Amino acid sequence: MLQVNSLKKSYGALQAVDGVTFCASDGETIGLLGPNGAGKTTTVSIIAGLLSPTSGEVLIDGRPLAGDTDPVKRKIGLVPQDLALYDEMSALDNLSFFGALYDLSGAPLTRAIAEALDLVGLADRAKDKVGTFSGGMKRRLNLAAALLHDPQILLLDEPTVGVDPQSRNAIFDNLEVLKSRGKTLIYTTHYMEEAERLCDRLVIIDHGKVIADDTLPNLYQLLPVTNVLAIELADPPDAQLLQGLTALPQVKTAEAQGRVLKIGIGHLSEDTPAILQWLVMEGHPYTHLANERASLETVFLNLTGRSLRDS
Amino acid sequence: MITPLMALIRRDLRLFFSDQRSVLMSFLAPIVIASFFGYVFGGSGGKTETSKIPVLIVDQDGSDISRQITSGLTADKNLGVKVVSAEAAKELVRKGKATVAILLPKEFGANAAKALFSSDEKPEIGFFYDPSHRMEMGMVQGILTGQVMQTVSKEMFGGPSGQKMVSDALARVEQSQGLDKASKSTISDLLRSVEKFNNENAKAKVDGKPVSSGGFTTPYEVREEAVTSGTSVEYNGYAHSFGGMGIQFILFMGIDVGIGVLLQRQRGLWKRLRAAPISKTLLLSARVISAAIIALVILTVIFTFARIVFGVRIEGSMVGFVGICLAFSLMTATFGLLIAALGKTPEAARGLSVFVTLLLVMLGGAWVPAFIFPQWLQTVTKFVPTRWAMDGLDAMTWRGLGVDAALGPIAVLLGFALLFGAVAVNQFRWEAEG
Repeated sequence: MLQVNSLKKSYGALQAVDGVTFCASDGETIGLLGPNGAGKTTTVSIIAGLLSPTSGEVLIDGRPLAGDTDPVKRKIGLVPQDLALYDEMSALDNLSFFGALYDLSGAPLTRAIAEALDLVGLADRAKDKVGTFSGGMKRRLNLAAALLHDPQILLLDEPTVGVDPQSRNAIFDNLEVLKSRGKTLIYTTHYMEEAERLCDRLVIIDHGKVIADDTLPNLYQLLPVTNVLAIELADPPDAQLLQGLTALPQVKTAEAQGRVLKIGIGHLSEDTPAILQWLVMEGHPYTHLANERASLETVFLNLTGRSLRDS
Repeated sequence: MITPLMALIRRDLRLFFSDQRSVLMSFLAPIVIASFFGYVFGGSGGKTETSKIPVLIVDQDGSDISRQITSGLTADKNLGVKVVSAEAAKELVRKGKATVAILLPKEFGANAAKALFSSDEKPEIGFFYDPSHRMEMGMVQGILTGQVMQTVSKEMFGGPSGQKMVSDALARVEQSQGLDKASKSTISDLLRSVEKFNNENAKAKVDGKPVSSGGFTTPYEVREEAVTSGTSVEYNGYAHSFGGMGIQFILFMGIDVGIGVLLQRQRGLWKRLRAAPISKTLLLSARVISAAIIALVILTVIFTFARIVFGVRIEGSMVGFVGICLAFSLMTATFGLLIAALGKTPEAARGLSVFVTLLLVMLGGAWVPAFIFPQWLQTVTKFVPTRWAMDGLDAMTWRGLGVDAALGPIAVLLGFALLFGAVAVNQFRWEAEG
């Protein structure tokens, strides 16, 4: 289990991390979400022992890291944001080297390398120089290098930066396999869709502070509107119809865009039937129905008043 | 901890030897440059033919004396003499085709002979010289002075015009107002003796008897002996040049060690290294050991080449030689760490460290021997580690000294290694940027 307690890190006047607290149980995937410069990488670096916090502590299975050679470090696998690989060496040589740093040698090292390469689908390119790999392949090898010593906690710092959608999906598949094996994943990203797909729980960080820490459904509950129904009518809606709609207790917002009604609601399954029934009864049959779910982007906007990508 | 240590060392060696540019720079470049410098600075056994100083002579006198001076200078092995007109002389010096032009004016021979015993009316020899060759100008002046003294005095003592010159000089001395009575009498006696010597020689010549030669000559003969490791061992200029270039390019390798660490930071590899359960000491030790191994390999390869191709031998203590190589290799490795510790980015660190390295190499006497430096600079170089490495390698190679002569350089180089290492560890940014 990983516990991060009141972590602070400052560089002179700059407060990079300001009291970050969260915990991750075994097998849980936590998304550290926030814009660039929010303090995600600094937090991960402190957890990995790369940086000393100004104050606060990181506990792994209830114990803090005690120095560079603390065996507890073996429980952590770091996937840095940079492609931390030697282009001049083959994939096999890279993995042999990184495995040896964890005192692996001989048959256990060979086995660990084979398993890691197999997981990321690079077994057939093992002897090729990393310099000849595509960006996506390098990202996968970057992940493999962190798995050799079979860590319980995997720190993934923006592991899909700069890769094509196909490679991104391949990495997601790899991470889902790891998740199914009970690994704890700490995943930093500023891509909402990645966090939505992978994470059990989200820790949203802004300006070094945790502004939300909850499961995805609970975070959506923070929003006044979780879904927007787009209902296409046979005739364009008039003002009287809109007035009638907004009077319904299920409707949070309503507007007309041509023949399409955009209706904001709080609970999709509970609110939708009543609205549709009301429309039919009032003589406004609908020809098409679609639902737009609120995104984490909306959650972030709601929490900070700023768009995530503009921050 | 052996597995990570060996892995780190193996990685450094693999990366170095897989980089063709590094290998080329570290092995081929020092061999090529050292071969060139070794040839220029004496070659093997000092047999390299040195180039002659190009000298022009403008003989406006055309006398026996000026012709003899010209032929005397032409015979000198250090000079390449050509007789030209005054106009051509100045132009050729301006264009850099000749270093010095000597202008012997009209009546030079006669006036020089007269001036030999009198301070009046000394003839003037003109010099046009290339200001970028001041040292050669001084050498030519020395050779010319010797030649003029020899030729003029010889003419005075029995040359075709000698008798007339002595008679004229005698008359001028007797009429001179500037000399006191005692001096006049002494010089007149000397000139009468010369006159008598010339008359006797002229009579002997008529009678077919042997004639005594007169005039001044150089009052000594030169016997040269280069002091090397033994009486039968000739100086090998390649020993110094290979040592010097070895030092230079090993220091360049040291720069690569430092830059390599900075690149690891830039590429995120440092994070991966620091995330592993290995100590800072292990990380730095591995770097020092691998750099020292590479430095030793470079020294071994280039000295082996020098041995096979140019006959450079370790004439002194082999133990001392190995000791100096080891100490210098360690110093280079810590020098690399110092660059890694003080450099902010690879780009910024490279420029400054190349400058510092070139300074160290220059002051250490790796390009040109330190003895040509001004005295104050020679004192300063005692505080430069490369000077000790250079002196140590010279002592163990062509000077043929014993192991005791290596102890000083080894101690100083290890001292610098400790100093660089201590500063590097103290200043090293251990934290990986967040």
